[in-house]
Amino acid sequence: MFGRLTWAAIPFDVPIVMWVSAVVGAGILAILLLVTVKGWWPYLWREWITSVDHKRIGAMYMILALVMLVRGFSDAIMMRSQLALAAGGAPGYLPPEHYDQIFSAHGTIMIFFVAMPFVVGLMNFAVPLQLGVRDVAFPVLNSVSFWLTAAGVLLVNLSLFVGEFARTGWLAYPPLSEIAYSPGVGVDYYLWSLQISGFGTLLSGINLTTTILKLRARGMGYSRMPVFCWTALASNLLIVAAFPILTATFAMLLLDRYCGFHFFTNDLGGNPMMYVNLIWIWGHPEVYILVLPAFGVFSEVVATFAGKPLFGYRSMVMATMAICVLSFMVWLHHFFTMGAGADVNAFFGVATMIIAVPTGVKIFNWLFTLYGGRIHFTVPIYWTLGFMVTFVFGGMTGVLMALPPVDFILHNSLFLVAHFHNTAIAGVVFGVMAGYSYWFPKAFGFKLNERIGKAIFWCWFFGFYLAFVPLYVLGLMGATRRMQHYPDVHWQPLMLVALGGAVLIFTGIILTVVQLVVSIRARDRNRDLTGDPWNGRTLEWSIPSPPPAWNFTLLPEVERTDAFWAAKQSAAGQQRNAAATPQPYTSLQVPKNNPTGIFTAVCAVVLGFALIWHIWWLAVLGLLGSIAVLLMQAWRTDTEVVIPAEEIARFEREYALKRTLA
Amino acid sequence: MSATGEALARSAEIPLSLRGPAPTRSVAGFGFWLFLLSDIVIFAALFATYAVLSGETAGGPTGAMLFEKRHVFIETACLLASSVTCGFGSLAVQRADTPSVYFWMMLTFVLGAVFLGLEGSEFGGLLAAGAGPTRSAFLSAFFTLVGTHGLHVSIGLAWLIVMLLQVATLGFQPMVGRRFFCFALFWHVLDIVWIGVFTIVYLGAH
Repeated sequence: MFGRLTWAAIPFDVPIVMWVSAVVGAGILAILLLVTVKGWWPYLWREWITSVDHKRIGAMYMILALVMLVRGFSDAIMMRSQLALAAGGAPGYLPPEHYDQIFSAHGTIMIFFVAMPFVVGLMNFAVPLQLGVRDVAFPVLNSVSFWLTAAGVLLVNLSLFVGEFARTGWLAYPPLSEIAYSPGVGVDYYLWSLQISGFGTLLSGINLTTTILKLRARGMGYSRMPVFCWTALASNLLIVAAFPILTATFAMLLLDRYCGFHFFTNDLGGNPMMYVNLIWIWGHPEVYILVLPAFGVFSEVVATFAGKPLFGYRSMVMATMAICVLSFMVWLHHFFTMGAGADVNAFFGVATMIIAVPTGVKIFNWLFTLYGGRIHFTVPIYWTLGFMVTFVFGGMTGVLMALPPVDFILHNSLFLVAHFHNTAIAGVVFGVMAGYSYWFPKAFGFKLNERIGKAIFWCWFFGFYLAFVPLYVLGLMGATRRMQHYPDVHWQPLMLVALGGAVLIFTGIILTVVQLVVSIRARDRNRDLTGDPWNGRTLEWSIPSPPPAWNFTLLPEVERTDAFWAAKQSAAGQQRNAAATPQPYTSLQVPKNNPTGIFTAVCAVVLGFALIWHIWWLAVLGLLGSIAVLLMQAWRTDTEVVIPAEEIARFEREYALKRTLA
Repeated sequence: MSATGEALARSAEIPLSLRGPAPTRSVAGFGFWLFLLSDIVIFAALFATYAVLSGETAGGPTGAMLFEKRHVFIETACLLASSVTCGFGSLAVQRADTPSVYFWMMLTFVLGAVFLGLEGSEFGGLLAAGAGPTRSAFLSAFFTLVGTHGLHVSIGLAWLIVMLLQVATLGFQPMVGRRFFCFALFWHVLDIVWIGVFTIVYLGAH
């Protein structure tokens, strides 16, 4: 009846897990109770859960990512404290089978459920606004994408309380991840949650690529697009080209595990290295899927806060697209030790060094943009400067490891761990945090607290160096990754420093929550009434904060890059006054709320859970449910709602009034 | 020249990339093309896997021993013919000619179903001969590649039924027309993938 699911699946004997379960369960219950008592359900259902507005969906992606950042970071703190303790003969407090689940969950969550939703959320929010359009190409599909990601998140978190998570590392290499060596549900949780959220990501990639290529303001040719849109284009093209490979690879591993196929097994002709090749053909572009939009954020931030046009727009675009193409030509550097031979390793080593060149071009472009500018030292520019210093450091250790002989020594060492955290934290996290504080006033209509924002930056900045420079050193001393304990007590002081760094970063994460609370409470003092708090250059700053559901009352026309800046210069405020005079507003159509996304996610969770636990009847039910949802959507004809001209006129009058007061 | 004709001529002078948001039909078609490209990437991964594993028979039967080219030729003919009928059906959709749409699309359905039936009988024969997907890495790769294509054809058939029901209930609304357009793209892409399967798997059997 319930497949493999029995009471034994609940880890009653692991006190840490039971306590966490109790606290998380109580927290969720308290939130649900609060929402019910306050009667917020209709509001949540109408304004958020069924919303197909790209701005709301973008914000929900960000919230999801923030929550999962806390989850993923608690894994990090546990690993660091384990290693701070387990020196010499000491066992630490985490047994190996638990420790293995923690490092696997940490990597999986941080990449798929923190970095991805952060980046996708930023693109969702900002790209249509920068392009000067009213929504993405497929608004309902956008909601489906988000809710599928949320479904994956739910499954991955369920694994903590019901059953176990994979003990295979974040990429689940076979043969370890095959049924012979991982007979439990851990790898199945991993595979199904990533299949579901990966499909959501693919749909989102198609959606945003179509949006950028097909829906732009009149006059916004490719050479006039904001650089963030260019990087988003590159990132989403990579999603469309790379995520299907992940889907296919996981499908093959699933067939091995569920149906006894022999793709990656040790026997009957299976080839585990096939998996490693395929997964990195997805995995390396994935690195750039995450970091390119971050580069886009930095480009917007430096131009805005230096008050200058971006230096070398064309070279920036060329560099972005060069990285986009080259990112598919370097995957083998993740496993030089496979033994492909000197020729193959040399090719991929050289390709890896070449891909560093366009990134170097970008660094110089940002530097030259700042050079001679009157820089406003706001929080986003802090993150950008911190990024430039730290990312160059991380990039150079990468080029170092691009030499196959060096890689043979450093492969799977803590040096590697330090390198990819160096690029992922300084590139992606700093970029996302810069984008978060840059676009927050646009999304919610008030600024975040600057003082706390700077404190968050310093926590992450110094925390990063404290946590990872010791790992570079330890890696050179021979410490390997995924190591649960070590005999050499001389490593312990460095491990303790690294723990200190992790605690400092954790302080930064707590301060992010504090900043949010403080800023919301003080929102009336920090309102952005003009819609242009930073003296911005691109179209999203030409509309009120927060923007109305229809984004642009009058669709903009673009004549050059930095369209809004140009308008401000040429019209010298004329245009703004013109907007205040009554306009013959017409009624607009916007897409109607749609529950397809949330319904699809519910069916996906049921289907995934049933497949993980081999509850076949429930799986059939989940599948039929999702087909029913699809058919319901296929016959839905009232997909748009009309916003009357009077409402738009009233909104514009209020905005004009607020602006005059400001 | 009519007023719209002049407007068209004027807009033709503006480069496509500067004309502002594209019409819905073009956006929908483009988005679906991207989806199809991603689908082709899935097949690319499966083809690559097949290429690597096709020699790994683990002492079991090889492709040359198992495949009947005549059988596959009839399969191929059915699928290619169904693309032609689908094309005529698409033209009928553009004319909103309901009887023709039903005729050509039903014919497409029948040809697709015959293809699937033949593929099923091939798979059944292999399983009966002890050459199932669990026998060797080669057979795992074969069943997955060809089976994934077959799964796509099955989904296409289900989609076709839904589309005919949509015509019956909703008529030729723009929305239905767009979906038929996407269906036709999907169906033709399955043909292209099958040509790859036919060439690499069946003709290339060794």
